Amino acid sequence: MSQSPQIKASLFATCLVDQLFPEVGESVVRVLRRQGVEVDFPPDQTCCGQPLFNSGFRKDAIHLGRRVLKSFAHSQYVVVPSGSCAAMMKVFYPELFDDDPELGPQAKALSDKVYEFSQFLVKVLDVTDVGASYQGKVTYHPACHLLRELGVSKEPEALLRGVTGLDYVELPEGATCCGFGGTFSVKYPGISEGMLNDKLDNVVKTGAQVLTACDSSCLMHIGGALTRRGIDVKAVHLAQLLTGEG
Amino acid sequence: MAEVKTQEFQRASVKALADAKLQSLLGRSMGTFDGARQEAIEELTPQRWEEMREKGRAIKRHTLDNLDYYLELLYDRVTQNGGQVHFARDAQEARNIVGQIARSRGLKLAIKSKSMVSEEMSLNPYLEEMGVEPVETDLGEYIIQLAQETPFHIIAPAMHKTKEDVSQLFEEKIQRPNLKNIEEMAGAAREVLREKLVNADMGITGANFLVAETGTLVLVTNEGNGRFCTSVPRVLVSITGMEKLIPSLEDLGVFMRLLPRAATGQRITSYVTHVSGPRRSDDEDGPEEFHLVIVDNGRSRLLQDPDLRESLYCIRCGACLNICPVYHKVGGHAYGWVYPGPIGAVVSPVMVGLNKAKDLPHASSLCGACRDVCPIKINIPRMLLKLRTQLAESSDSTQRKVSIGEKLMAKGYRRLMSSPKLLSLTHRLGRLAQRPLLRKGLIRTIPFPPFSRWTRSRDLPPLASKPFRQIWAEKLGKER
Repeated sequence: MSQSPQIKASLFATCLVDQLFPEVGESVVRVLRRQGVEVDFPPDQTCCGQPLFNSGFRKDAIHLGRRVLKSFAHSQYVVVPSGSCAAMMKVFYPELFDDDPELGPQAKALSDKVYEFSQFLVKVLDVTDVGASYQGKVTYHPACHLLRELGVSKEPEALLRGVTGLDYVELPEGATCCGFGGTFSVKYPGISEGMLNDKLDNVVKTGAQVLTACDSSCLMHIGGALTRRGIDVKAVHLAQLLTGEG
Repeated sequence: MAEVKTQEFQRASVKALADAKLQSLLGRSMGTFDGARQEAIEELTPQRWEEMREKGRAIKRHTLDNLDYYLELLYDRVTQNGGQVHFARDAQEARNIVGQIARSRGLKLAIKSKSMVSEEMSLNPYLEEMGVEPVETDLGEYIIQLAQETPFHIIAPAMHKTKEDVSQLFEEKIQRPNLKNIEEMAGAAREVLREKLVNADMGITGANFLVAETGTLVLVTNEGNGRFCTSVPRVLVSITGMEKLIPSLEDLGVFMRLLPRAATGQRITSYVTHVSGPRRSDDEDGPEEFHLVIVDNGRSRLLQDPDLRESLYCIRCGACLNICPVYHKVGGHAYGWVYPGPIGAVVSPVMVGLNKAKDLPHASSLCGACRDVCPIKINIPRMLLKLRTQLAESSDSTQRKVSIGEKLMAKGYRRLMSSPKLLSLTHRLGRLAQRPLLRKGLIRTIPFPPFSRWTRSRDLPPLASKPFRQIWAEKLGKER
């Protein structure tokens, strides 16, 4: 690697990755280390508070947000393998702590350091080829918060195109929500399923063997229906493809 | 006020999802609407569109921040032009004002051009009761008037009707049997309406814009019916909310670029009608009297709330409905009041009472597509969040509507996520608990809510054998 001072990034794993998909966290660490990044994992971390915030429990979200501000106060960068959790920290924390004279500035400082995984690779590290290879047809679902709160639209595609052997195929109506929406998926299961069905139809249309995304939540939602229906498409986090572990 | 059925969103949405005919109709038509909008923006160029959006937003913000001033200016100008301005606090007052005008002048036949505010007031049944015949002259509105329904969509009120539905309706209601194609049906409606249009003594319209500096009411239509309603009858009554105010004719230029493109993908609508008061001595036609009724009906509550205020920037183009994946699934009637879709989920709860519409702010995945397409960049997802917070945390107990179960879940989640130790312990217990549920490495069924509402159609991955934090602590953190 270059002689410039080593970049240090703290991983915010997200609760889904911690509890259900630790392999995604491992992939993130591997990809970052291969780029020469020194990765640490503040052990106090749990959840960013987004599920509470989106359900209207603002005070409880603030409570969890305070913990995050503390855990990552000294990080150089914070890398998050989820667009929606990253958006919570980057976009919503500054709003949430806006009228707090002490935590407001801390939230702004954290906001500047937080990057979603693909965004960090492309925008901070300036890489699109991480040296991975994968044989197969892959399509990509842009998660709503990643796309619309963080404005990340080109980065994941650029990274996928950088994978040797990977045949990237665009997902029709990709920018339409998969119907997860956190508690929405269980508050309105019927509507959520209707949206999910449209997404599955489009995924199948691509003929891809792998559906990837930057959010484990969407992947859990779409993937849960793929296995239920016996559709032979695997739902895989982008980080896993970038380690060639699709 | 129009009948409020917002409480029934849950049931109504389930019903809509089970309605195969409605589902196929929604599936076919919604994409077309938004496609037209996108093409119109491409033609204008996206850069120019962004400029217009910013301008439109700034004008709306400025006008609402100075609403008292512009309302007074409008009042003065309309009065100077020979019109009369009435203010109504709510739907009841607005109905009384319109009723009083009709009664005192002995008016019998009212032709109406499309007005969502008149829907808010349930004006038609009220007029009928007092012996005035209201006739909707916008074709879509006419269809739903015959069907005795409410609008399904802000700008396409009868989009849920197939041509077969309309054919049947025309046979039953206006005795025109065997109409096969749309031209024939439009022709039949035209014949019936033409007679009403020339004989009406009262015209009732809404407003798309109110230009303060000139006291001008602006209507955009595609059927020319608005022009009839504003020029033929001897009395014209226009009903509108105060949020339709804009300062000047120059500002109108911005909105005339935004509204048709966002609504139907048109560069401009077929007709743009300006009404600046009653007929002058040298005018060939026009009403003898012009009444402008400005209706509050809950708008002040939106205005006073800094977080919800921008919902009044809305120009009722319907673009947020056309892009909304939830609207695509449940359609307009499920929302239970006059304004459906994302913008309806924000304004209806405030206008009818949050306690009656607690399901609406949650009827969104917060995907944000509505904000992307809004010509005024209204931040609808933020306002839905704000309403959710009111439902969960308001100090006013009439506004707080959250189930005990949900509250306990939130508190439990907060507790769990406040302690990595507790989280690790819960993970271990969860691993034991999930064992009997596992089938080929996945959880196929959890028999109790809220999980059952997930597993009815999707598998759930199990808790990992080791959480990431443990993998990090044992091995990964020590590697380089």
